Parts: sequence; C-alpha cells; structure tokens
Amino acid sequence: MVQIFARVNGTEHPLPQDSRRTLLDWLREDLGLTGAKKGCDHGQCGACTVLVDGRRINSCLSLAQLHEGDEIETIEGIGGADSLSTLQKAFVTHDGFQCGYCTPGQICSAKALMRELAEGWPSAVSEDVAAHPPISGEELRERMSGNLCRCGAYSNIIAAIEEMIAEAPGTPAGRQDA
Amino acid sequence: MKPFTLNHAQSANEALASLAGGATAIAGGTNLVDLMKLQIATPDELVSIRRTGLDAITPENDGLRIGALVTNADCAADLRVRKSWPLLAKAILAGASPQLRNRATTGGNLCQRTRCGYFYDTTQACNKREPGSGCAAREGFNRIHAVLGTSDACIATYPGDMAVALLALDAVVHVEGPQGARTISVGEFHRQPGDDPGRDNVLERGELITAVTLPAPTGGRQIYRKVRDRASYAFALISVAIDLSMEGDRIARCALAFGSLGTVPWRDPAVEAVLVGERPSPALFDKAADVLLRDARGFGKNDFKIALARRALAATLHEATKG
Amino acid sequence: MRLPLADLYNKPDERNLLDHTRQGIIGKPLDRPEGPLKVSGSATYAAEWKLPGCVDGVLVLASIAQGKVTKIHDKAALAMPGVLAVLADKAMLRRPAQGTAGKAPAQDVAKVEYFGQPVALVVAETFEQARDAALALKVEYKAAKSPIPFDPESPDAKVEKAPDRKAVKGGDLDKAMKNAAFSVDVEYDTPGHASAAMEPHATIAEWQDDKLILRGSYQMLAYNVKEIADCLSISPKKVRILSPYVGGGFGSKLGITHEAVAAAIAAKELGRPVRVVMTRQQVFQAVMRRSETRQRVRLACDAGGKLIGLGHEALVSNLPKEQFAEPVTQATEFLYGGDNRLLKVDVARISRMTAGSVRAPGEAVGMQVLEAAMDELAEKIGIDPIELRKRNLPGKVPVQGTAYSSRMLVEALEQGAQAFGWDQRNAQPCQSREGDWWIGMGVASAARVNMLIPAEARVTLKADGTALVETDQTDIGTGSYAILGQIAGEMLGLPIARVTVVLGDTSLPAGAGSGGSFGAISTGSAVMRACEAIRAKLADKLGCDAEALDLKDGVASSGDTSSPLEHLLDGGDIAEIGSIKPGKTALDYAQASYGAFFAEVAVHAFTGETRVRRMTGAFGFGRVLNAKTARSQCLGGMVWGIGSALTEELAFDLRDGHLVNHDLAEYHVPVHADVPAIEVILLEERDAAASPLQAKGVGELGICGAAGAIANAIHNACGVRVRSFPITLDKVLPHLPDPFAPDPFATAA
Repeated sequence: MVQIFARVNGTEHPLPQDSRRTLLDWLREDLGLTGAKKGCDHGQCGACTVLVDGRRINSCLSLAQLHEGDEIETIEGIGGADSLSTLQKAFVTHDGFQCGYCTPGQICSAKALMRELAEGWPSAVSEDVAAHPPISGEELRERMSGNLCRCGAYSNIIAAIEEMIAEAPGTPAGRQDA
Repeated sequence: MKPFTLNHAQSANEALASLAGGATAIAGGTNLVDLMKLQIATPDELVSIRRTGLDAITPENDGLRIGALVTNADCAADLRVRKSWPLLAKAILAGASPQLRNRATTGGNLCQRTRCGYFYDTTQACNKREPGSGCAAREGFNRIHAVLGTSDACIATYPGDMAVALLALDAVVHVEGPQGARTISVGEFHRQPGDDPGRDNVLERGELITAVTLPAPTGGRQIYRKVRDRASYAFALISVAIDLSMEGDRIARCALAFGSLGTVPWRDPAVEAVLVGERPSPALFDKAADVLLRDARGFGKNDFKIALARRALAATLHEATKG
Repeated sequence: MRLPLADLYNKPDERNLLDHTRQGIIGKPLDRPEGPLKVSGSATYAAEWKLPGCVDGVLVLASIAQGKVTKIHDKAALAMPGVLAVLADKAMLRRPAQGTAGKAPAQDVAKVEYFGQPVALVVAETFEQARDAALALKVEYKAAKSPIPFDPESPDAKVEKAPDRKAVKGGDLDKAMKNAAFSVDVEYDTPGHASAAMEPHATIAEWQDDKLILRGSYQMLAYNVKEIADCLSISPKKVRILSPYVGGGFGSKLGITHEAVAAAIAAKELGRPVRVVMTRQQVFQAVMRRSETRQRVRLACDAGGKLIGLGHEALVSNLPKEQFAEPVTQATEFLYGGDNRLLKVDVARISRMTAGSVRAPGEAVGMQVLEAAMDELAEKIGIDPIELRKRNLPGKVPVQGTAYSSRMLVEALEQGAQAFGWDQRNAQPCQSREGDWWIGMGVASAARVNMLIPAEARVTLKADGTALVETDQTDIGTGSYAILGQIAGEMLGLPIARVTVVLGDTSLPAGAGSGGSFGAISTGSAVMRACEAIRAKLADKLGCDAEALDLKDGVASSGDTSSPLEHLLDGGDIAEIGSIKPGKTALDYAQASYGAFFAEVAVHAFTGETRVRRMTGAFGFGRVLNAKTARSQCLGGMVWGIGSALTEELAFDLRDGHLVNHDLAEYHVPVHADVPAIEVILLEERDAAASPLQAKGVGELGICGAAGAIANAIHNACGVRVRSFPITLDKVLPHLPDPFAPDPFATAA
C-alpha cells in the first residue's frame, strides 16, 4: 500500500491505513489533535469543523484518505492556550462559550467565515446575491448556523466575531448594523 | 461502516472503469459517509472522483456548464451564477451549512438521498432501503413526507434545494457511462417511487454525472422561498423556486418548481399554464394552487403541507409579481 | 480540619460578609480561567484522555421495545477483525440513574423495557472495528406478552400519582371557577425534550488492581461514584472519577449512564482500558428525556383581576417504578395567589426511554404553560398582563403559609418592561405588520425554586500567598471555575491571578455537583466557609478579631497593624475544609429566583413561520457571583426557551415506541439564525435565606417561562393562540387571517 500524506497545521503526516477512518477520527485518535470535537458524527452539529485549504468543512463526514496533499488547519494551529489568536481572545472576553465543547468548531468556522466575507460570498439572507454582501448581525448568524451551541452562547459568539471584524485590518466594506 | 476499498481515479475514464466494475463513486461524501456509518449504504468499493478534473464552471453557448465536482459553495459564489442564475445561488445557500456546502458537489447533491426517518433507521421497514420490507412511514411519523407523487411503496421526498432550482431553470444533467454519453433533463432525472423506490434517479449502473448545464439566462425575477422549522440548517418542509417575467401587468413567463412537496423535485406545466398571460391576483394564485394540488394526498402528519403549499405559492407569486 | 461553624444552614446569614470584604472581585464580570484552554481545544474532555492499550466499545441497542433478549449471536461478531469482546453482563444498565440517586439504577440488559435500550457492548481494537461489529451483531428477542402502552394518553396506560410530589389542595376550586368574574380553563401540551448536550456521553474505564478509575462526562461526581460502585458491587472507596471538563449536561449526566458501567465491565474483563462513547443517536434513544406533559390550567379571578382560584394539573410519563415525575407544578405552588387551588401531577407508566431531569425540570414546561394561561386571563379581563401578575403576588405561599425570602418579580417586570419598550405594545393582535410579517410582543414571569444541597470544598492558603480551591464540583459550562475562584479571592483578599481552582476529581472533597442550579451556591458556600476558617486563623496570627481582619491584595491588616500574607504564614500553609448542608432555612422560607421575559416575534402572514426578533430578560437571583457567567447562563436559558417555544419535540412512533427524530438534523435545537440579540438585566439582590453568599441559583432560571413569552407574542402578533408546544407553523397556519386582507381584524374591531 502506498503511503499518502496530508499537512496538518504545517506538518506532514501519513494518512491512516483504514479507509473507514474519517478526517475527524484521524486528527483525534492518530494525531492526538482533540480540539476538533465529535458531537454527532453526521454533519449535524459543526463541532468537528476544521479548515481544509482554508475552507471550513465537517471533518466527521470526510474520509481521511480523501485528503492526500491537503493543507488542514485545526484549532491547535490557530492558537494554543498560551498563544491565543485575536479571535480566540475575543471568545474569552465575550464569554462566547460555556461548556466549551462546540467552541473549537465555532472558532474554526468563524475564521473561515472571515475569508468568505472578504471574498464576497453571499448567504441565504443576502438581499442581492450578486452584490458584495453587507456585514450585519443577521448575516453573521446565518453564516454561523452550521455550528450548534446547546449552552446557548450564540449572542456572545456573534459579539466576539463582530469585535474581530471591527478590529481586523482590511475588513470588507459594507458594515451595517453589526 | 463496513470495510471497503478506496481507489482514487485520476480521470473520468479511470472513474468510469471502476464504476463499470461495481464501485460506488464518492465525491464530497457528505451524504454517502453519513449513510455508510449507519450501514444504510454498504459499498465494497469506493472510487474517489475528486481528482477527475470535473470541477470547472465554464460558459457554454449562452449558458453555463457546471462540472459535477464543483462544490455547492463554489457554485453559489460564482459571479456568473449569482448575476444570471441567482435562483441557483439562492437555493444552494438555503441548504445545509457552509461547512457542508464546501464539501458537497453538484453531482453528489443531485443524488442526495431522502431524509425519511424510516429510511435512516435500519430497525424500520423501508422499501427504499430494503426493497420489499414495506413502508413504515405511510402510517408513521410522516411530517416531512411527500403529498405528491407518492406510491403505496414510498412517500419519501427528495430533500435537497439545488435540484429544485435547477428544475425551474431547465437545467440538463450530463452523464457518461458504459453506453457512452447522454443528457437527461433535470425534470427527468429523479424517479417517482412507483413500485421500485430503491432507485432515486435514472442513472444506470456504471454511469457518472459529469456536469450540469444551464440554458441562457431568462432575465426573470428569481426567488427561492424555503419554508422550514428552523431559520437555518434545516431541511425544507416546502420550498418554492420561481423564475418569472412580467409584461406590463401580466405574467409573461413563469417557471415554478417545488421542493419537499413531492417525492421528487416537482414541476407541473399545468400550474404555469394557469398563470401565464394573466394578471396576478389572490384568486389567480389560488387557482394555480388548485391545479398544483389537485392530486395531493396527505398521510396524517404531513396533511398541513397541502395548505402550506397553497400559502407558500401565494407568498412567492405575490413577491415575484408585485411592482 | 473541620470548620467550627455548623454545617446545617438553619438561620439566614445576614452578615453579608461579601459586602464587607475588600478585594472587590466578587460579582465582577471576570473571564473564565479555563477559557484559554477551551478556545484552544486543549481542555481534555472525557473521550480524549490517552491511555496506553485503550480499546473502543460500542453499545448495541434493542430493536424492540419490550421483551427479552433470547440470543446474542456473538460468535460471528467475535470473528470480525479486531473484535475483542461481546458483552451483555447482568450488571449493565437498562436505565440511567436519576440525579442524586447515589445507587444503581435498573440493571440487567437481557430484559428490554423501551425501544433503543442498550442490550450489549462490542469491544474492538479500533472504533471503526467496534462500530462495524456492533451493527453486525445479531440479537434475537422474545416480545413481551403483555406490553405496556407507548402513549401516555392510551386508555391502557396505568396512571399513578407522582411518587415524589404531594398534591396541593385548598378551598373549593370548582366553586371559585363558578363565582369568578373572569376565568380560563385551558389545556396545553408540551412534547418530550432532549438535553442534547454537545458532548455525547463518554467514559474511559481503567482498573488499577481493584481500583476503578473512570474518566467520564458527569455532573454530580460524589453521587456517580456511589452509583457505579453499587452497580459493580464494589466499595465506593475503590472508585475515582475524573471529569475536569464536561461538554454540557443539562440533566442528562446527573446520574451514571449505560456507557460507564459497560466500559468498567469490559475493562475488567479485558484487563485493559476501555472507552465507550455513545453515538449521538444512542444518546437520544437511551439517555434521559424530559417527559411530555398535558396540563390543565384553571384561573379564576374577581372583577378586580385578583386570583381567587388556581388549578394546575399535569399528566406526565415515565417507565414503571421510576420515582421521578416531571414536577410541572413546582413554581405554581408559590408564584401566584388564589386560595382555592388544586395542583397535582400524575404519571402515566409507559414504554419510552427513562424520563428524568432536563434543564429546569418542572418549571421549564410548567411555567411556559402557566404564563401563557395568565396571558389568556389578562386578555379576558382586558388588563395589561404585567399588571395582572403584579396584582397576584401573595404575601405568604398560599395553602402552605410559608414566608417568602427575597422576591424580585415586580422589579424584574418593571425594569424589563422599560428596557424592552413594553409601552410600544398594542394589546390588540394583528395591529403591526412589516411586509409579510406580523409583529407582536409578549411577556412572562420567570420563577425557579432555589436549592442548597450538601457540599464540601477545601481551600488552602499557601505559604507563598496563593490559594488553591479543591472540590469534586464539576463545571459543565456553568462557570464553577470562575466563581469559586472569585469567592476564595474575595474572602482571602487575593487578586484572582493568585487563586487556582481544581475541580472534577473525586479524590477531592465532595462538592454539590452541577444540577438544579445549586452547584454555585452550595459549593460556593462551602468555599466561603473554608475561607472563613482560614480568616479566623489569620486573625489569630495577626492578633485581631476575625471581624476586624481586612484582607486585600495579599496583605492582612487590622487597624494600624498589617502584614503581607507570606510573612504572616511564615512558611506554613493553612488548609481548611468548608461544608454546608441544607437546614431550617429551606423549610422556613419559600426560596426562588425570579425574573421576567419579554419577546418580540414576527409571524409570517402566509406561512405561519415564527422568528424571534428580540428578547429581554430581567432576573433577580440574589447576589451575582460573576456577572459575565451569570449573564451567559440567562442567555442560554432563553435560547432553550426559543427551542421549547418553536422547534424542539421528541417524536415517537406510537406503533412500536421508537423515537423517530433521534439525531440533531431532525431534533431541532435552535441554531445561530434562530437567536436574535438578547438583552439580559441582572438585578441587585441579596437573599440571606438562600445561602451564606446571599446568592440563589441562576443556571436554569432563563428557561423558566421564556417560551410562554414567545407564545404570548405570537398571539399578539397574529391573533393565533396555540396551546400545543412547540408552536410550529402547521399549528399556526390554519388559524391565520387572510394574508391579503389589508386589515383582517377591521370588522372585528
């Protein structure tokens, strides 16, 4: 069997031999990167969200062997407890979590969302899908809806993301009510 | 999930060869892996078609060719799609979540299987999952089920959004297979269950979707109205896709498709015929609904869909025709 | 060393010590100390401990509802790659343990009592192998000869009085209803709910000789130790549970669940650590549900809008012999007046998974119905619903005659109304429309009983002037790490950076655990008392009375004398265990947290979809220990209120009793897009009867009535009163006015 590899947080790792192993289980069990969580294992909660080539996906629904050559970023790559990113800090100060189980997924999702906004991707609540979308509370909530939080920290999560957007250099124009 | 072999096709031809040998194609896997974990799908061999190069969006005639591997996210982000076929972007964006749309593909999404709770539960009878076992949904908890196009064997819906827009946009599915290439209109792609609900669509063994093409833009007013229990990240109870043009105060042209109403994405030319040439009015909308729902049949928990379809149609027509 | 203070909380502690300490951190909105670990994915949850040689187990669930397992075809499964064991031990759990049970729940998985009950465990080298074998395992059953119903409304369902709740009867309610100037007599229903904590139940079991170590996801460890020990017939002293981080509980992790016992048995059998993580579908099917309820509410009032009669009767369900019955009328007992009253809960014995505590058992569904009925009454009388509530706050608890401790309901209603802009509401429905949407506003009271339960904690003031707080108390997202540190820091005069809190380990003193909103005040009181004992010793060392001791920023002072703690301690630590137990204050006072909810909703004129546009909640729950985490608790509760009002429902197939929507795609907890900007107002309050901290519980208050405010807002928006939760569009749709009519109520008005 040919060994195939993917890069995770900048380091190359061999992908698992068992074709059944998902990207999530590979990260958690083989690489010990337990930041991505298993909340439902069926793409219904978003706790397993990681970035693949800069885009957010549900790692629980993706077979690990399909990621040959991919660049994968997990919460551990975004920032450690002693080296938090601005976004992670904003989650702490706004109390954008309670139990913390959905949190890495929320943060990975929020990071990818920033890029989607910068690239002008519309959402289901964008009035005009052909236009560069405005940044509003409604837009952010729709765009974060793939990440469930049963503790109900939603308002605080959005507040953290709004702070991040307000402080990020090169923030896309069109800010409205946020 | 049962053990399986996984091969990576480097071209469409390689993929076709594997499919001819009995392999199942995997692209994003967002639906297939979900089903495999529950052993609702139990393929022995998977062939990844991710590297077959079918992931481009290119102009074709006056329309657009969307490769089967184009992700839902990339399709909805494409400026040409957003400007000229906004209905497609809107429908895609109304579905699933950003994470799923980043992985789900155009071809895969067309083949998405039903969300029927009895299909998803291997302790339950389901003719779609296990032909001949019966349909537990007919007299069960069937709130999300179809009221059109059902059969004694199955009342499950096709749950997706993208295909509903494609149906209203007269899109065409391109496939290749052992017998060569062929095209299928989206309206003919999904199969009503009849007495063989196991097959959701008309793809033959060994066939692979390579692309979907959109005809020239209509310039019409395009709305995708998805009615669901949650504000986001939920399957439709009913969705309405409309592409409508007015001439003066009359409806000049109208394409209407419905999701989660029938067993397949639903389009009824008779409904459009009622509307075209007429002045919009609540009475006209009602008449269109009468035609749409003439054969509708509820199964208890989903009876409300008949009333809901009428109201959702009226709301959508109202919005599409008002000044 | 034990504190000289009596454990029992017999008299309100009105010294209000925390108002006289000087560190100034109590109540402050400090960040959670464990925050950096959680946001970086480095907090270790149950399934994430790496143990050498650990293997995976996957549970197998019953595909019938009632009967016996007659054969398990384990040979075929054992022949599958990597499979190590197929277990169906008699000690494995049929039902999960109820909160504070402290003993084994129903065991023996050969008997099947409900659809989806675990019947076996398959263990393999890897998760993938175990999952495959578990799905392949063939189990044969013999169906029960005389099964009990799946439907609580079935005429065959045996209905009993709630075992743990006495009916309240006073005067003559029927007569009061007859004599009333205004009355309502309405029936509401609420569906079953799932806790749906984001972290599925998980345990890694490891035996070290005869000692069992469980790394699991649990809320009340001291009880869980006893439960697992009883299940395995070993001494609780031989069990240690580690749960430093718990990915949500909401009642579902109060008692031990199936996977813990199964993992322990498998680990013993195999001689290596075994991890069992329940799948999301299994959590839905086998762990606690909140019972569905049918509630009849009768309200009778005189011409002045004063209640003369109040009836609240509920039918809930559970498996046979379970003591727990959703305490629907819990807050109704004390909230409003009306001396002619009848409050009772009956329980139907049916075959569904065990019913137990789900966030705010009782009030969560009882309050939303009572508050919707109150809205109906206000409408009948033609007075403002806030005014109706204010007119009906009794001086003593009706029938029982108990005095109230502190009650901030009026303040909550008034301050909430002002912040929300209640004066903008038009009492007549269908008066506000934006495009295709009807807009409406609703209000509801919040109430949740307050409980103090036994707790211990150890505080060590170290020679270097730092403090260590230790207890097996859990933090399930509630903020235990933050507030226990703040209490210690405040009491010992230390900046928060000099306080470390260690939780979730049963080798530490037994805290209250997390549940019933009692964790913070109970374990917090224990921490406070440990600190008081330390203060007494410091006072001795400084040579002053404890009352005269001032502690701030690591310096002890009294009058002209002062000394840094490091000097005072002179190389020695002071360690004290504080403890508290409920005493007479629990009987002498009706204690509860109160609040008010305000909701603005939009109802689609064509389709009946409801979206909450904004919410305000004002809450009084005694002293606020940390304004940030307390606010988050309230926010979270209100999100649950949105789910309860609009989307959440366990759907059972009444033919075979199986749960149809057993995943997060079809059981709809609210998502980001369902939750608007929410405003939370925390009222200033001290309740000395509740705890030495003068604090009350807040973890569940935010849900208790919230859905009622939304239901009332829906009625105000579109004129449709739905008496069946959740208020999904199919229930609104048939009653909506003609969407095209310019003013559908023009003729009616």
